[in-house]
Amino acid sequence: MSDQWEPKIVAFFCNWCTYTAADLAGVSRMKYAANVRIIRVMCSGRIDPQFVMEAFAKGADGVLIGGCHPGDCHYIEGNYKALRRVRLLNRLLKSMGIEQERFRLEWISASEGEKVQRVVNEMVDQIKKLGPLGLPQQFKEWDSEVLEEEEEVKADVS
Amino acid sequence: MSNRLTEPPTGADEPRIGVFVCHCGTNIASKVDVHDVCEYAGTLPGVAFSTEYKYMCSDPGQEFIAAAIKEHKLNRIVVSACSPLLHEDTFRNAVAKGGLNPYYFHMVNIREHGAWVHEDKASATAKSKDLVRAAVYRIVFHEALERKRVSVDPKVLVVGGGIAGIHAALTLAEAGKKVYLVEREPTIGGHMAQFDKTFPTLDCSACILTPKMSKVKSHPNITLWTYSEVAEVDGFVGNFKVKVKRKPRYIVEDACVGCMDCIDVCVFKEAKFEDEFNLGLSKRKPVYIPFPQATPQIVTIDPDTCIEVKTGKCKKTCVEICGDRNAIDFSQKEKIEEIEVGNIILATGFKTYDPARSPEYGYGRLENVYTGLEIERLINSSGPTGGHVVCRDGNKPKTVGIIHCVGSRDEKSNKWCSRVCCMYSLKLAHLIKEHTGAEVYNFYIDIRTPGKGYEEFYDRLQGEGVHFIRGRVSEIADWIVSPEEEGKLIIRVEDTLSGFVRRIPVDMAVLAVGLEPRPDAQEVRKMFNISCATEGWFLERHPKLAPVDTFTDGIFIAGGCQGPKDIPDTVAQAGSAAAQVMALIDKGYVELEPNTAYIDEKECSGCKSCIPLCPYTAISFDAGSLKAVINEALCKGCGTCVASCPSGSISQNLFEDAEIYSEIEGVLADV
Repeated sequence: MSDQWEPKIVAFFCNWCTYTAADLAGVSRMKYAANVRIIRVMCSGRIDPQFVMEAFAKGADGVLIGGCHPGDCHYIEGNYKALRRVRLLNRLLKSMGIEQERFRLEWISASEGEKVQRVVNEMVDQIKKLGPLGLPQQFKEWDSEVLEEEEEVKADVS
Repeated sequence: MSNRLTEPPTGADEPRIGVFVCHCGTNIASKVDVHDVCEYAGTLPGVAFSTEYKYMCSDPGQEFIAAAIKEHKLNRIVVSACSPLLHEDTFRNAVAKGGLNPYYFHMVNIREHGAWVHEDKASATAKSKDLVRAAVYRIVFHEALERKRVSVDPKVLVVGGGIAGIHAALTLAEAGKKVYLVEREPTIGGHMAQFDKTFPTLDCSACILTPKMSKVKSHPNITLWTYSEVAEVDGFVGNFKVKVKRKPRYIVEDACVGCMDCIDVCVFKEAKFEDEFNLGLSKRKPVYIPFPQATPQIVTIDPDTCIEVKTGKCKKTCVEICGDRNAIDFSQKEKIEEIEVGNIILATGFKTYDPARSPEYGYGRLENVYTGLEIERLINSSGPTGGHVVCRDGNKPKTVGIIHCVGSRDEKSNKWCSRVCCMYSLKLAHLIKEHTGAEVYNFYIDIRTPGKGYEEFYDRLQGEGVHFIRGRVSEIADWIVSPEEEGKLIIRVEDTLSGFVRRIPVDMAVLAVGLEPRPDAQEVRKMFNISCATEGWFLERHPKLAPVDTFTDGIFIAGGCQGPKDIPDTVAQAGSAAAQVMALIDKGYVELEPNTAYIDEKECSGCKSCIPLCPYTAISFDAGSLKAVINEALCKGCGTCVASCPSGSISQNLFEDAEIYSEIEGVLADV
């Protein structure tokens, strides 16, 4: 790996549309940035908001969710449920100071390999502009602050 | 101290993970340092064995995995190769062969999602390591699972009665399977029934098609429902429930003998309404039969034009002449038939490009501009002119220009090559010359003749004195410059072989229109829960290896609905779809993926939030225990309920929380 910082994006793709689209991008040899790590789920409806939080907490600089277009869900309506959760998550992330551009939901059908390419590249560009999120580092700093305070309290008491 | 949320379980079943990294020839190895990934995998926690191999999916590759499981006492397997959508099953079988439950396996996709989409070897290798690590973290949480078996209803539904549907239905029926063939038009036959001759053999289309049509009608294993449409599809592979809407044709099918006396005596003395089968080149009455060999041989009453249906105030001469047969029944209403089938073949076909969308060719504005399909009808002896190729004024054309690639290979209309237009243009050139003796010009961009005997046919046409001009026609106009051009169409084209811009006056222009998905392809696709490619053609499971399968098990596609094809390819594909269906029927059962959801009853608080989320009503509330209950037979394994359960008491096999969290941790742990 080069020394230059590269964003890490965790992508949750549904098996039927977006994962297949990513396969198609591969078969069609469409080049895109190597910053994305795809995790397959059967349906975007499976994506627990905590997966997104966990990804950010463990060091992701961006999270991408890919599901079937509205009306196209292999499980009839799982993607609508994903959409609702994403709406809520957007508010939550904002209140936590995580920029909107770091989290994205895209409807990408099985035939839209180009869209996988475009969306990933766009996200990588956007996040490169924002810089690292670095939550694990922040957690460490916060933890050490708390520890220091505790030490001080302990010292005062004794 | 580890900050892993998902601490691997410890105990008796200490993980001994085997990691197998595939080169895929040079497909992966040229962009990913496979050796490096393999060595790295060996350093990961729980990995007892890691290796690389040139073709992991090959027979020796699979044997290698099975042997390694035994030799190294492996209990978890990670294969890092291509897409699980391609080879998950292959490797699960290999794992099973090694004596291990096939679900102690996870696949890492470093080909489609790695080597093939990245240019930089270092970052592709780093990514591959991340993905392998995620799988190694995840695999320790895998559990032995069993596949459920469900029986397969041996009945089959074929949607669409063109040559694809006909061939598939007959193949299945001949094998003793019960088939429902549903066609929305009053007759089966599809586009092939409209053709005069077929290329390159110049077989009479009707002569090879109509025997198959009547066989469909008379076959004891086929239930033929024409003038009917599928309205609803429910269920899953092996067990579909389908509702078919049978439109009222105001004819009692069993009573009508096809004498057509009613047509003669209809109160409309003259045929007045556009005849769909002849593309409006002739007229029909409200009671009609689309063409002489229509199957079933019964008339249809068109509700949009029949006076009795519209107003109830007709003399009903048709009823009178039908007499005791009582085959005409104006009280008929739309009927819904409910059927159960195990498999479905979609053969809903295509539509031809409407050249009015390319105004430069003057179709619909200049009266002697025809489409290829219209000329087919003119040439056909049972067509509107009794087989005479004539201009609108009834005169034989002396010069005819055939314009290729109309609505094909063009950014403005459709990008794709429609595959049949070159050949049907050659065929029409031959037939027009034969019927009229006219000078025939073919204007082409490329001639594509990649079928058996096709190139030879092209050679033959060149020998027959048909002119070939290479260049895309810029316009067809009626702007004449001399009196002898009066009434002629002027084709303007750059002859790219000679380098001149030419004006060629012709009496008749034929547009070789391309093929398009049907306008309702999206609705059909949604009803059957399959996918379409960008252009709107139904998407096959794999372009090479599963060309008639879809992503929905038990639903197959054949013919023009999958993409432009000629008759031989369509028939071959229909046979293939029938064979796939037969394989499922004769096996008698299908194995369902065990990725269903289940409830930990102890944890369930009975909040019921999962119940309305399930699209399959698989979750219910047990009033006795005050807990939610999942019906495993109805669960399709989407995991939506799992993601929403506030108490975390619902899990999904293969997509357990711990498995996904460990994947997240795996991809993000730094190298």
